[in-house]
Amino acid sequence: MTKVKDERSERLRQYMDECREKEHSESQLIAILHKAQEIYGYLPREVMDEIAHYMNIPTAHIWGVATFYHYFNLEPVGKYIVSVCMGTACYVKGAGKVLETLKKELGVEVGQTTEDKMFTLQEARCLGACGLAPVIMVNEKIHGDLDAERTAELIKEYRNRGG
Amino acid sequence: MAEKYKRDDVVAARVITLCDGPGCMHKGSKELLSALKDGFREKGLSYRDVKVNLSGCLGMCARGPVMIVNPGYTIYGNVGKADLEEILEEHIIKGKPVARLVIEENHLYNKFFRVFGDVGFFGKQMRIALRNCGIIDPESIDDYLALRGYEALARVLSSMSPEEVVEEVKRSGLRGRGGAGFPTGLKWDFTRKAAGEKKYVICNADEGDPGAFMDRSAIEGDPHTVLEGIIIGGYAVGASRGIIYIRAEYPLAIRRLEKAIKDAREHGIIGENILGSDFSFDVEIKLGAGAFVCGEETALIHSIEGSRGMPRPRPPFPSVSGLFGEPTLINNVETWANIPVIIMDGADWFSSVGTEKSKGTKVFAVAGKVRNTGLVEVPMGTTLREIIFDIGGGIPEDKKFKAVQTGGPSGGCLPEEYLDTPIDYESLARAGSIMGSGGMIVIDEDSCMVGIARFFLEFTQNESCGKCTPCREGTKRMLEILTRITEGRGMEGDIEKLERLGKTIKKASLCGLGQSAPNPVLSTIKNFREEYEEHIKEKKCRSGECRNLLEYYITEDCVGCTACKKVCPAGAVTGSPRERHAIDIEKCIKCGQCLAACKFNAVKTA
Amino acid sequence: MKTINITVNNRDYKVEKGQTIMQALDGLGFKIPRLCYHPKLSIEGACRVCIVEVEGMRNFVASCSHPVEEGMDIKTNTGDLRQARRDIVELILDNHPEDCHTCERDGICELQRLAYAMGIRKRHFEGEKKHYEKDLSSPAVIRDPDKCILCGRCVRMCEEVQKVNALRYAHRGFNTVVMPAYNMPFSESVCTSCGQCINVCPTASFVEKNYTQELFEKLNDDKLVKVVQVAPSVRAAIGEAFGFPPGKAMEGEMAAALRRLGFDHVFDTQFAADLTIMEEANEFLERVQGKGKLPMITSCSSAWMKCLEQFYPDLIENVSTCKSPMSMMGSMLKTYFADKQGLSPENIFSVAVMCCTAKKYEAQRPELRVEGMDPTDLVVTTREVAWMIKSSGIDFYNIKPEQFDAPLGVSSGAGAIFGVTGGVMEAAIRTAYELYTGETLLDIELKDIRGFKSVKEGSITMDGKEIRVAVAHGLGNAAELLDIVRKDPDRYHFIEIMGCPGGCIGGGGQPYAGSNSIPLDEDVLKKRAEALYGLDRNRTIRRSHENRDVQRLYKEFLGRPLGSAAHKYLHTHYAPKEPRGIIPELSKSR
Repeated sequence: MTKVKDERSERLRQYMDECREKEHSESQLIAILHKAQEIYGYLPREVMDEIAHYMNIPTAHIWGVATFYHYFNLEPVGKYIVSVCMGTACYVKGAGKVLETLKKELGVEVGQTTEDKMFTLQEARCLGACGLAPVIMVNEKIHGDLDAERTAELIKEYRNRGG
Repeated sequence: MAEKYKRDDVVAARVITLCDGPGCMHKGSKELLSALKDGFREKGLSYRDVKVNLSGCLGMCARGPVMIVNPGYTIYGNVGKADLEEILEEHIIKGKPVARLVIEENHLYNKFFRVFGDVGFFGKQMRIALRNCGIIDPESIDDYLALRGYEALARVLSSMSPEEVVEEVKRSGLRGRGGAGFPTGLKWDFTRKAAGEKKYVICNADEGDPGAFMDRSAIEGDPHTVLEGIIIGGYAVGASRGIIYIRAEYPLAIRRLEKAIKDAREHGIIGENILGSDFSFDVEIKLGAGAFVCGEETALIHSIEGSRGMPRPRPPFPSVSGLFGEPTLINNVETWANIPVIIMDGADWFSSVGTEKSKGTKVFAVAGKVRNTGLVEVPMGTTLREIIFDIGGGIPEDKKFKAVQTGGPSGGCLPEEYLDTPIDYESLARAGSIMGSGGMIVIDEDSCMVGIARFFLEFTQNESCGKCTPCREGTKRMLEILTRITEGRGMEGDIEKLERLGKTIKKASLCGLGQSAPNPVLSTIKNFREEYEEHIKEKKCRSGECRNLLEYYITEDCVGCTACKKVCPAGAVTGSPRERHAIDIEKCIKCGQCLAACKFNAVKTA
Repeated sequence: MKTINITVNNRDYKVEKGQTIMQALDGLGFKIPRLCYHPKLSIEGACRVCIVEVEGMRNFVASCSHPVEEGMDIKTNTGDLRQARRDIVELILDNHPEDCHTCERDGICELQRLAYAMGIRKRHFEGEKKHYEKDLSSPAVIRDPDKCILCGRCVRMCEEVQKVNALRYAHRGFNTVVMPAYNMPFSESVCTSCGQCINVCPTASFVEKNYTQELFEKLNDDKLVKVVQVAPSVRAAIGEAFGFPPGKAMEGEMAAALRRLGFDHVFDTQFAADLTIMEEANEFLERVQGKGKLPMITSCSSAWMKCLEQFYPDLIENVSTCKSPMSMMGSMLKTYFADKQGLSPENIFSVAVMCCTAKKYEAQRPELRVEGMDPTDLVVTTREVAWMIKSSGIDFYNIKPEQFDAPLGVSSGAGAIFGVTGGVMEAAIRTAYELYTGETLLDIELKDIRGFKSVKEGSITMDGKEIRVAVAHGLGNAAELLDIVRKDPDRYHFIEIMGCPGGCIGGGGQPYAGSNSIPLDEDVLKKRAEALYGLDRNRTIRRSHENRDVQRLYKEFLGRPLGSAAHKYLHTHYAPKEPRGIIPELSKSR
């Protein structure tokens, strides 16, 4: 078990050290997974193993938690995470069309990443920008008032920006 | 009464409040902020003379970027960089609002933010939970303190026993704003009386109803109010720790809360011996990770404990055995935000607002096919019609109102005859919907009611935790039936099957999510049964939304350009160049590509 | 005990306060249908089959979790309830393969029984069914998610009783699946192969890897000498599979039936248990005298061995190096017995009938090989052998009892009690005492370490030296006991651990619960235990070292206990194995 520790695993260790100090340390699991995803972009299996042993939480439990919450990515994601708001306001105003366009433009289904690792398509619960419906979020940025055409343009823009 | 919420002192100062909710950020408020800096330099203004605040989402996304400028509390919409010079010169320096940018007098937003003077008179809106949003700098504890912030906490700690606090909340008649409307004071009382070494107080900020974002706005705009409510709750029930469980998708709200907690700690408002009293209390933030069901109390507790957010049977209720098995008080954001006002202004005052059984105000996120979308806070008892037509401005393009959906995926769709229903827990329930957390979606004639029901059911089906049979399996079957109805494959007896399954799921599911999941379906069957029957028997969708039920045909306007023929993936279009084309209904897969390709408006549907 | 008044279906009753509605109704002669409920596991409240109506409550109430209250007015059988229960069970069926007639649990499936009782004669809601690959990777336990109805009994068993935590729910909603971490093959997970998930599974989502077909083929192979051994607990439970009441010891019937099945030699694992005691008692005494680590921990249970290597690598040195009785027997079959019979070992097909699924895993352990041969070629469980007997047209119900064969078929009473928690310890002490003191232990029934308490303690004085012993059954109880050992290594001298609740009698390969019983019913376990204690009491020889055939084996072949031949054939070694297991509750004490 003498793996060379890289900077990322060191950061996660430090965070887990803080968590271990807390009462009910096992309850910090979701926070740790958030941290791990922040560091690695997704939750690699070795990282979940590491968390299991360092925090004394069964691996199957971590897997159960990681697969329960949609926020966690179990596979590497693209440079741009495109989340389509599936809130009611967006639905009423045509989120379905936007999603269809995205699927067509990107050539992937929801939850998948394009082959060039540029885009990951996701559905999101209401993003709370109902006034702009329908909206999508690309990484942290909200884009609203979309229709099929504008959605396609937007993707082109991001694609042109490159990887 | 009105005097309480006059803000003359605030209104006199020179303040620029810029909305930095996601909507306005998208429309350029970030750029505005940096442009302001340049503008200040050019005009020789300093931040000492003119305060610049960021407000968090003001709920006016459609008109963003939104800027509120004092003196005069003028609300500007669609502000561009080019407008800044004028605003600074005319309004800030000369004190004259820039008329062309002002959001019109009758607009929802104006009513919303000018309501402080009107409380108890004629204003349709009234702000208690959101009283400081858009007025103060949410990142400034001093701003909050200046507006009687933490006054309620100070009063509680200096002159009220925990029992008295519980009693006050009980007398106020406040009921849970998260959905079910359980009397808040009673919940506090249970937790207070429960035996336990260590008690917890939780703020449920896992807002998740599609189309509802009031909790996010409340936290982004005024985090200290929520915090103050939580601390008071902690004192009342004898807890030493508070936890705010918030969606990870709300980064701004999280940041504001972190700042508020830090500032409060520095001011001795959180921590050991709060404000010099014997009471010690700490608050921490826990992030959700994208699971709607975690809004359910026991699922939320499991999530905080680091597990899958799956509900467990109650009893025992969290007030007896909650987080880590200890007595736990859980209220949602809006509920907490009401607490300081109840303490400051008294249960008598609070209970004077609203109806007999539903006291105070309720925040709604109005969205969908309505002119003014955004947040409104109205006294309980206001009618749906007042919100949709007087405040919301009615349906755009003069389309016909069809239904209003309240309560999100747990609620129901109410048709026109219920528009005069006063908003309170019992009336909405009687009408066949629920208050819920406050989503309000307006639906016009362009929307298919079966499709709407399907949309909500798909949502709950997706968010079902999978633990109990009726919800996990039952919603799946209901969704399958609804899908086939909207795709023209509905069968005789499907409506009855939906009703039968709906009844079983409602009555037998483990938690509130399942128990309410069939509501959108059952209420649309009740109120719009004829639409279901049309879909099934006549294979017709009157709104035109169910694409599979449309029949495509080509009119005389066709010039024979062959564009439609080229794009048709099914080879259903026939016709020679320069002659009118036709669509073979048998072959048509109803993809709509011919319609999109036609430049002569000759492809129609029926 | 305080009583309260309740009304059930318009009749008044007095019931004990503090019970759930289900418990109260059970006491009144009702038996509300149920599925996810199990008295040994935490309350899940998931299946919603056990709902009742309570006056004043808007929704149905799950009787498994809701307490009875004074004045409660309960209805158990209204039209609405019947329809709801029926619909719920239909919803389960709608997402369940309909291959009952080819299913391993056809006729002994809780879901099937329930569907019949609910009166599902017509289907209303059929639609898409889930589909996942079967996991066939493990030599012991097969996982078939398609048959899973998500009652969660296996998850709770694995987490709460066994504390192995190999299984959890993963994903959510309609896509929820019970699986090991990362959906990895079972064989690569921390699963110990104990098979308790099989025992509690109401359907065939977990079953043992079935070797009956292969065994039939071998039995028809005339070139082979087919030799079988039967574990003690098999005889204590196999009757249940044929409709006998629990607790009937069927030793002679077993031997007779195995002969009818076509085995050439029918031996008894209990003989090997006596042999194990000879080695283990001597090993213990050596350790007591300073050669080796104390406390010494027993090593007969294969699930416990896998658990040891993954969860407690730090305790490997404490564990006895003795092979399990099954493997000792197998070793003797392919050496001593082959020799004696003038057979080539390759022609011996060594079969073990075990109450255990983990023995299938054990049979594959390379560490146990003798002269390059697997001691055991094939393991079938009690359930499998019962099916084989039925399938071969053997009348087990009326068959006349016969004796096991010599020379490996005669056992002492000590060998019989190997199958029940505390039995190995009791057997070992009977022998160790005499070896150490030179005197015969008269009061040989060690009551302190009998019974089903989670952790049992006892002590015995040998020549003035106090020997402190402890016994745990089930891997969860073992975790509790081993936690004590880690904190206080000198507290005990000798520890017995069996991987399954109740010991081997509650093994993962035992007959499924009948229609009036529940899996791992404690009353049933008690009766099975009583059957083995009865066999012990009725033996004239009750101490392993008095077994004449064992004595002869040493004289003719092995030399002396712990001697070089004994070491070669009867002992083994353990090593830490991946994946490493975790027992979170115990982390704080470390």
